[in-house]
Order: sequence, then C-alpha cells, then structure tokens
Amino acid sequence: MTEWLHHLLILPILVPLAVAAALVPINERERTLKGSIGFVSTLVVFVVTMILMRLAAAGEDSLPGDGVYQLGNWPAPFGIVLVLDRLSALLLCLTSGLALAAQVYSMARWHTAGHHFHSLVQLLLAGLNGAFLTGDLFNLFVFFEMMLAASYGLLLHGSGPLRVKAGLHYVAINLAASSLFLIGVSLIYGTTGTLNMADLATKLAALTPESRMLVETGAALLGIAFLVKAGMWPLGFWLPTAYAAATPPAAAVFAILTKVGIYIILRLHLLVFGAAAGASAGFGQSWLLAGGMATIAFGAIGVLASQAMGRLAGYSVLVSSGTLLAAIGLGHEEMLAGALFYLVSSTLTIAAFFLLIELVERGRDAAADVLAVTMEAYGDFDQDEEEEEAGVAIPGTMAVLGLCFSLCAVLMAGLPPLSGFIAKFALLKGLFDMSAADPAMAISAADWTYVTLIILSGLAAMIAMNRIGIRTFWASIEGTIPRVVIIEITPVAVLLAACLFLSFQAGPAMRYMQATADDLLAPALHSERVLSAPRAGGR
Amino acid sequence: MELILSAGIGALTASGVYLLLRPRTYQVIIGLSLLSYAVNLFIFGMGRLRVNAPPILQPGGIGDLAHHTDPVPQALVLTAIVIGFAMTALFLVVILASRGFTGTDHVDGREPRGD
Repeated sequence: MTEWLHHLLILPILVPLAVAAALVPINERERTLKGSIGFVSTLVVFVVTMILMRLAAAGEDSLPGDGVYQLGNWPAPFGIVLVLDRLSALLLCLTSGLALAAQVYSMARWHTAGHHFHSLVQLLLAGLNGAFLTGDLFNLFVFFEMMLAASYGLLLHGSGPLRVKAGLHYVAINLAASSLFLIGVSLIYGTTGTLNMADLATKLAALTPESRMLVETGAALLGIAFLVKAGMWPLGFWLPTAYAAATPPAAAVFAILTKVGIYIILRLHLLVFGAAAGASAGFGQSWLLAGGMATIAFGAIGVLASQAMGRLAGYSVLVSSGTLLAAIGLGHEEMLAGALFYLVSSTLTIAAFFLLIELVERGRDAAADVLAVTMEAYGDFDQDEEEEEAGVAIPGTMAVLGLCFSLCAVLMAGLPPLSGFIAKFALLKGLFDMSAADPAMAISAADWTYVTLIILSGLAAMIAMNRIGIRTFWASIEGTIPRVVIIEITPVAVLLAACLFLSFQAGPAMRYMQATADDLLAPALHSERVLSAPRAGGR
Repeated sequence: MELILSAGIGALTASGVYLLLRPRTYQVIIGLSLLSYAVNLFIFGMGRLRVNAPPILQPGGIGDLAHHTDPVPQALVLTAIVIGFAMTALFLVVILASRGFTGTDHVDGREPRGD
C-alpha cells in the first residue's frame, strides 16, 4: 500500500508526458477524442494532486517516503530527487485545476484553431508539475525548458501576424534568459559542487568569502532568469503583449507561468538564502523589494492605460507578481501566509478573467473598440439618437457574463467580501502584526510604500474594470449578444466559484497557508528531510 | 588552456550579445546560438579543466579523484546542447512564420521609419 502511494509523486509528471506523446499520432480531425483523452489525463493528475495535497496537509510524516521520491533509487545529494511539500502540493493542485478549466473551455472552439493543442497543454502541464516538484537546480532547468517550449507552441496556437510577432519577442527573451539560467547554475555547481537545493542550503554557510561571491553571482543570474519569467519591471515589458495575443485558453494557463518564477524565487530565497545562510542571508532582498514595488506601480499604470481587456489582464498579471515579489522582498515572516493566499487567489482570478474576455468581446464588432478609443480621446460626441429604446431588458447571456465580470472586478481590486480582499488583508495584517508583536521593529518607510502601492493598485484595477465594464455592458455602442456555449462559461464560473470557496473557507485555507509558511521558514528541516530520506527497499 | 578557453568564451559571449541586440531576426538567432555555445563552454569550464582524464570509473580502475574528471558538467552540457538545438529549431520556425506574415525580417515585424 505504501509502496503504491509512494509512486503517486511521479504521476503528475509521467501521466501528462505519456498522454502528450500518445495524442500526437491521433488524426487531427478527431478533436473531440483528443480533447477527451487530454481532459481525462488532466483530471487524473488533478485527483492525484488533491490526494497529495491532503497528505501534505496532514504533515510530512504522513507522506509516502517523507515526500521525497528518489529517481533510480539513489539517495539525495548524488541522485535526482523529487520533493513534495505543502507549497509544491498546493501549486500542483492549482496548475492542474487551471489546465482543466482551460481544456474544457478550448473544446468549444479554440482547439480547432491549430494543431496539437491538447498535446501542448499536456506537455505544459508536465513541465510545470516537474518544475514544482524537482529538488535540484538542473532538472529545474530541464522542466523549465519543457514548460517554455510548450508555452511557445501554445502562444502561437491559432497563428496570425499578431501572435507570431508577440511570439518572436517572447521566444527570444526566454532563450536569452535560459542562457543566464545555465550560467547561474554552473557557477553555483562550480563553487559548491552540488545541484541539490537542500544540499546547497547546508553548504552555503561554510563557504569562503571568494566562493560566496561566485555563488551569489550565480544566484543573481538565476534570479534574473526567473524574474524575466515573473515579469518584474523592467524585465516584464514583453508580458502584456504576449498574453493579450495568446488564445484565451492558452492565456488562462499562462496565468500560472509567472507564478513559477515567483515560486522558485520564493523557494531559493527561503531555503538557500534563509537565516541559516550566514553572510548570504537575505541575499538580493532589497532588489526584490524595489523591483516588486516598481512592478506594482508599472502594472497599475498599465491597467489604467489599457483600452483593450486583453492588455488590462496582462498588466494585472504584472500587478499580481509585483505584489508577491515585494512581499518576499520585505522579508517579514508574518506576511508569508498572506502572500501564498494572494498567489492562489490572484492566479484563479486572472485565469477566469482571461477566459471571460473573449466571451464578452465576442459580441462586439471590431470597429466598436476603435470608436470607443476615439470617443475617449475626443470626448464630446453627441449620442442622443436611438434613445427611444429605454427599458430594454438585459438578455440572459449578458447578465451571466456581467455577473462574472463584476466578480472578476471585485476580486482583482481586492474589495470585500471575496478572496482578493482576504488575501490583501492577510498581507497587510501580517505587516502590522509584525510591528505589534515586536515594538523594536517599527514599520519602515518601505512598509508604508508597500501598503500604499497595494491599495492604489486595487483602486487602479477598480477604475479600469469599471470603465471597461460600463462601456461593454451598459453603454455597448453597437454590439450584438454574444453566442456563448455552456462549456465555455462553465470553466469561468468554476474558477470564480473556487475563489468564492476560498472566501468562505478562508479559515482552513489560511491555516494551510500558515503551515506552508512555517515549513518554508524552517529550511533546515527541509534539507534534513531530503538528505536523509530512506532508500526504497529498506537499505 | 585556461587563457584560450576564457578568451573563447568571452569572444563568443560578446559577439552573441552584440548580435542579439541587432534588429534583424537572422542576427538574433545567430547571436542566441553563439551565446549558447559560450554558455556550454562555460558549464564545461566550471567542472575544472582536465585533459586526458575520463569522466567514468572503469571496473578495476583507480577510484581516485586525481585520475578522473567531473562527470556532472559533461552531463549538463549534453542536456543543454540538446535543449538548445530544439529551441533554436523552434525559434527558426517562428522567424520564418514572422517573415511570411510581415514580409520583413525586422524583429518588430515592420521596417523602422526613415529607412
């Protein structure tokens, strides 16, 4: 029984990988079949990750093999290991949930836009799951590239000049970032002689000043590679264009891609450069803080400036990563649980919003956007014809779409009572708790700036969403009622329902996040767990 | 040997970065390739330079680090080369698609004004 449970850990990588390969030879005309196979595969992964998350929630001891899976049955510093803890279990679950929603959505029509959509989603899933599970830096690179390769394909899915142009920039930037990643990894390996993150954490404190400098250089280069992925200002300028150009289901899965960068920065920052790292403790923290705050500001301005919903969503991604990066950069331990809650909530919201945009915009003809922009620029158009039709009922489709849209707006702006508010509240509460618990730690100027930026970015999101919402739902210039299929609106509704669930179950969810944060803040335990995990077969 | 290797890596990186910043897609992809060669050599160098030393233990051979070279960077370079090739091929496809759609090989998809 435990033997069998042990192998659950590798299923989130193996199942999508195998299914992706199996889907390739199936004729492209059998789209429904391919879609169903892909859906079942993701569903299996989702169930597995749910089980893993339940096990992880109960504590590492209840995990099979202490949550460490030794590939080839070699123990940790020499062999390659997969490591599961509460944080990776949470993100695995989030990933497969998003992929499920995107797949269901795509089956209405988007998977017909190009070839191999479902294979690419499966490959992306395998890459993402691998990146969340892996315990060493080089396999992180491999899974990272796998995920990126699939994301290039997904971004280009549907083709067209706009996507190819955005894709060209996206691929070039990510390839350059991958080179930096490799340089960073090899610098770290050359000085410490290990690639295993847990092993690295134990070796860092004992380094000589010269090698410490090299390791820190390596870590900084790694950090740049991940920050490009996470979209930190000024490295994230490609992001809104690329995300707005992607097909809606692809963009929805991309909502988790920026979080991979943040996940790895969080992991490395707390595990390797935690309090036990000696002189390297908290390396790069001030850069994360400054960059994160600049990202929030840049994202908020972008949100305000966006005319199209796709770009608005793209800039919201930036705001969300900026909030998380700055929260990591502030380095207050009490904020960590709130940050994790925010990560989950904002990812779900943005994914739902990406899916919703296309449904809402489907009813508007392309000229309406141009007209709206000119109206904004030149203001005083007299629009007092066609006023006789007062009192027309809002059609049912529009009502449902409008409801989803306003839920998204409330979640993105962080207004009560939904999870967006709870997340931001938890972040700020952590900040103020810290100073209440220890009067010596007064709230610094950076803390106040962060608070201001969070609140202002919420305000910016609210204004922008209001403006676009009014223009779309109330003062639609020309638009016809969009034809929306039930399997398109269901994923949006489910994602938003997940946010509602997070709001209602905020207590248990926060307890899980707190336990996760406590885990992350005890890197020594993590290292010991990985390095002393028993080999299968009893030896 | 150290001097030659480091000069080689430096020259490759410098040319790679220069080409990467050029406005034509062909220059960009050559730049990326040069950069990845530089990175591969760099990884190799990080395992310490040794000549005539095998990376694997032979049965019955001397199990002593002085007689062997570090096998890990070699494995890493191998993986990085494979991934690099795949990515270059993929990027070429994107470049060709972009050329087909926009009719220009400028990275922005349109010729700058004033040319």
